[in-house]
Amino acid sequence: MNTDDDAHKPESNSGVTRRDFMKISAVTAAVPLVMGTNVVEAAGEEVTVHGPGKVPVTLNVNGKKLSAELEPRVTLLDALRGPFDITGAKRVCDRGSCGACTVLLDGKPVYACSVLAIDAQGAKIETIEALAEDGKLSPVMAAFVAHDAQQCGFCTPGFVVAATHFLQKNPKPSVEDMRRGLSGNYCRCGTYDGIRAVALAQSGGKQS
Amino acid sequence: MSQYTWPDPATRPLLGKKISRVDGPSKSSGRAKYTYDYNPQGLLAGKILRCPYAHAKIVSIDTSAAEKMPGVKAIEIIQRAGTEIFWAGDEIVGVAAVDEGTVDDAIRAIKVEYEVLPHFVSDAEPPKNVATDTGPVSADDFEDLADNQVPDEEVVAMIQKRGISFKPSDKDLASYKGMGVDQSIIAALQKAKFVEGTGKQKSPYKKTSVQTQGEPDKAFAAAAAVVEGVYGMPCIVHSCLETHGSASGWPAENELVVHISTQNVSGIAAQMAEPLSVPAGNINVVQQNIGGGFGSKFSADRWDVNTANLSKKAGGKPVKNMLDRKAEFEVAGMRPSAYARVKIAAAKDGKITAWDSRSWGTGGVGGGGTPPLPYILEIPNQRKQNTAISTNQGSARAWRAPNHPQAALITMAAIEDLAAKLKMDPLDLVHANLEIAGPRKDNYSEEFVIADELMGWKKNWHQRGDQTAGHIKRGMGLSMHTWGGRGHNSNCDFSINPDGSVEVKLGTQDLGTGCLTIISIVAADTLGIPLENIKVLYGNNRYPQSGGSGGSTTSGGVTSSTRRAAVDARDALFAKVAPSLKAQPEELEAVGAKVQVKGDAGRGLSWKEACAKIGAVPLTIRGANPDKARPPDLTNSGVGGVQMAEVSVDVETGIVRVTKMVAVQDCGLVVDVKTAESQVLGALIMGISYALYEEKILDPITGRVLNPNLEFYRLAGLNDIGELKVHMMTGKGYDERGVIGLSEPPVVSPGAAISNAVANAIGVRVPFLPLTPDRVLEALEQGDGHASV
Repeated sequence: MNTDDDAHKPESNSGVTRRDFMKISAVTAAVPLVMGTNVVEAAGEEVTVHGPGKVPVTLNVNGKKLSAELEPRVTLLDALRGPFDITGAKRVCDRGSCGACTVLLDGKPVYACSVLAIDAQGAKIETIEALAEDGKLSPVMAAFVAHDAQQCGFCTPGFVVAATHFLQKNPKPSVEDMRRGLSGNYCRCGTYDGIRAVALAQSGGKQS
Repeated sequence: MSQYTWPDPATRPLLGKKISRVDGPSKSSGRAKYTYDYNPQGLLAGKILRCPYAHAKIVSIDTSAAEKMPGVKAIEIIQRAGTEIFWAGDEIVGVAAVDEGTVDDAIRAIKVEYEVLPHFVSDAEPPKNVATDTGPVSADDFEDLADNQVPDEEVVAMIQKRGISFKPSDKDLASYKGMGVDQSIIAALQKAKFVEGTGKQKSPYKKTSVQTQGEPDKAFAAAAAVVEGVYGMPCIVHSCLETHGSASGWPAENELVVHISTQNVSGIAAQMAEPLSVPAGNINVVQQNIGGGFGSKFSADRWDVNTANLSKKAGGKPVKNMLDRKAEFEVAGMRPSAYARVKIAAAKDGKITAWDSRSWGTGGVGGGGTPPLPYILEIPNQRKQNTAISTNQGSARAWRAPNHPQAALITMAAIEDLAAKLKMDPLDLVHANLEIAGPRKDNYSEEFVIADELMGWKKNWHQRGDQTAGHIKRGMGLSMHTWGGRGHNSNCDFSINPDGSVEVKLGTQDLGTGCLTIISIVAADTLGIPLENIKVLYGNNRYPQSGGSGGSTTSGGVTSSTRRAAVDARDALFAKVAPSLKAQPEELEAVGAKVQVKGDAGRGLSWKEACAKIGAVPLTIRGANPDKARPPDLTNSGVGGVQMAEVSVDVETGIVRVTKMVAVQDCGLVVDVKTAESQVLGALIMGISYALYEEKILDPITGRVLNPNLEFYRLAGLNDIGELKVHMMTGKGYDERGVIGLSEPPVVSPGAAISNAVANAIGVRVPFLPLTPDRVLEALEQGDGHASV
């Protein structure tokens, strides 16, 4: 792994880079438990520490700036669903295996349970709620209805977000593309056949 | 007299067509609200400290540090010091705090000391000749017998022979009766002699059923072919994507509002009333949508009662506690395991003559289920016994078609092995035995013909063991299944409003089955108006009572009551409209959004104009099911279905892929073909999932679940499902039977059909589900019949 190489690191919004984090981890015992942002010296450098108390967090969600005081341990998913009451993304596994919490972060699908809210600051966050413009179903949503690609519906918002992004990237997906591109979400009721039909209908194909 | 009968195909514009589910748009846009989404201002977070040991006694509980933490609003000790705990994950202390972070910290600050006791979590084959318990039947034993569905006459015999070590009060007896315990058992309990219990350590093994009929020994001796095998499937977990849980608040003293994820909106209040000492009438139960149930969400659980208590302690502020995923795996239900050693025999023509099975399984502390063996076939000579194993893990709950998937696998695998020995096509062998296939035998016969065509079975079937070169082996397998599915007790209030809108109100729930959609279809179809005119108000116990959604009973119940009420409401509207059309009410019809004289579009009013004649007060009719005063019976019981699976198996890696499945299913009158097909497709996918991947794994050393998460408890993904074909039986012979539920039956057969397909592909039986690479490779290495248990 080359994760310690600065050139390969994703842009971080919390002010804590991975390298900083390693340094902090090494001196954790020396960090006093105070509220708010703090600066400590670690390995001879000044490093910003957030928390463990609540810190101000501002997120750009569906084109709106939303602010709250949150502990740094709060995930993007819990921030959306709790203080901001945006509940389309669901908490199911809460550890990045099921995809029910999928949202778009700067246009890319991510599992919101696996992103910290403070790290999502500055990014453009789009949830399922933003995909239905003016309350109208998006074409992908309409296709989910037409192909009955939902039963209990709990996985559906995550699937719709993932499928929307997938179909933007793969307007004419092959079955193989779908295998790769739509395997990040679980459904328990068993709606995959309908979801496959949604994707195939977009490519003008028929489900064999 | 009004005609409640289901209409003929020619006069039903919506019923029996393919219609998209009415709640589809709210679900696909993320607007649909679930209990998990309930999020009012000031909501407190609830969480439960759970026991980490599979068997222990609580020595002491110290909550003092947690109580002092800022943000902690309420703490309730659920099980006190001195209590014995029987499974890991059981509830000890509940906490409510201002947010989830604080409640997590508070839980960590609670100190509980346990005396760890020995546990038992293995459901491996019981030792031979498990001693039959001869001591008196204890209260626990008695409840286990009920849980294990032991036949009434056996329970009576046991009580008479062994006596009882408990003294059931009149109240206990009344509650047994309420639970459906047979009168013969109640009478036996009343007359039973009291015997002091021995109190010694109990064996985990309980023989729950020993039965013989005909002359099995003679039949085996005379048979042309006899095969023996061992088959089975482990405990699996419902894995509802929305975990169990609820949010409770007390808006006024003695008034409780409960938002709960439940399959039983109308039944929850009565269950919470006693533990909370609140009249059921003061409890308002609400649920808009539910994120999966599959049989595991019929009750208010101990954590739900705790949530309500925490709220009370916190001054009535709402508290929400939805289980985390780990607790969901530990305590919120599972399907019992079932295994069996089977001997089966046939004559030369394939007619099955004898059956012998020794089965076992576990469903937690109470023992296990009792699969109805042999499944479907009434084999003339049988000997069977079942042993329930009591293990230290959270108890089993109903899982779609309780006991049937296990029975189907054990029976249909034995039949496929028998066919292989006779070198017969199993389809022919099954056909040769349809005479003994019970009341649905004609369905199976018809359905197998269709399945054969859809799968290309006869064209492609080969003898056991794919002889083609290469490491990918292909094979096909089949199974069949049955279920009841009669409509449950269900009421509704059906209103036609003066503005032409229509409301159906009932305390039901839609688990994703299409319940709301079929209610809307029946209402709109009866009134001859578009679906959009119908509003179904559901998910509230203030609405007319409707049964829990279990055992495939909802479709028949809600459609029957809706139909009766809709017919009466329509006829009442005719009476209001008739004078203005200068006709008699019985001369009118409601078609194409008009009320008109039959066949005369010129003499009619638009739906809206007609409804304006109602006056100021809506026409409201109470619908019911069953309803002897408004015949005929509009629902029915008993369906049959058949399934075929095609697999490819890589004999180098052991990886099984399901390449195709075919399901042919009847369920009487199909109200909405689209959602019905979805239900069957979903069952096939769930079946592929439990056939290939799912297993709840318990650690013998710690007694804990090793895979209580969705990484190591694997569900099927979109990549895993192959091609799926569903055919619903409709038309003559089916429609006139009335509406029958569909949720359970199609999930019964996939395990058996896929296991059989793998045996057909690789030439040996992989005895147990899930058919993971290690099991496939072991079976290939060891050959048939030698698998370790």
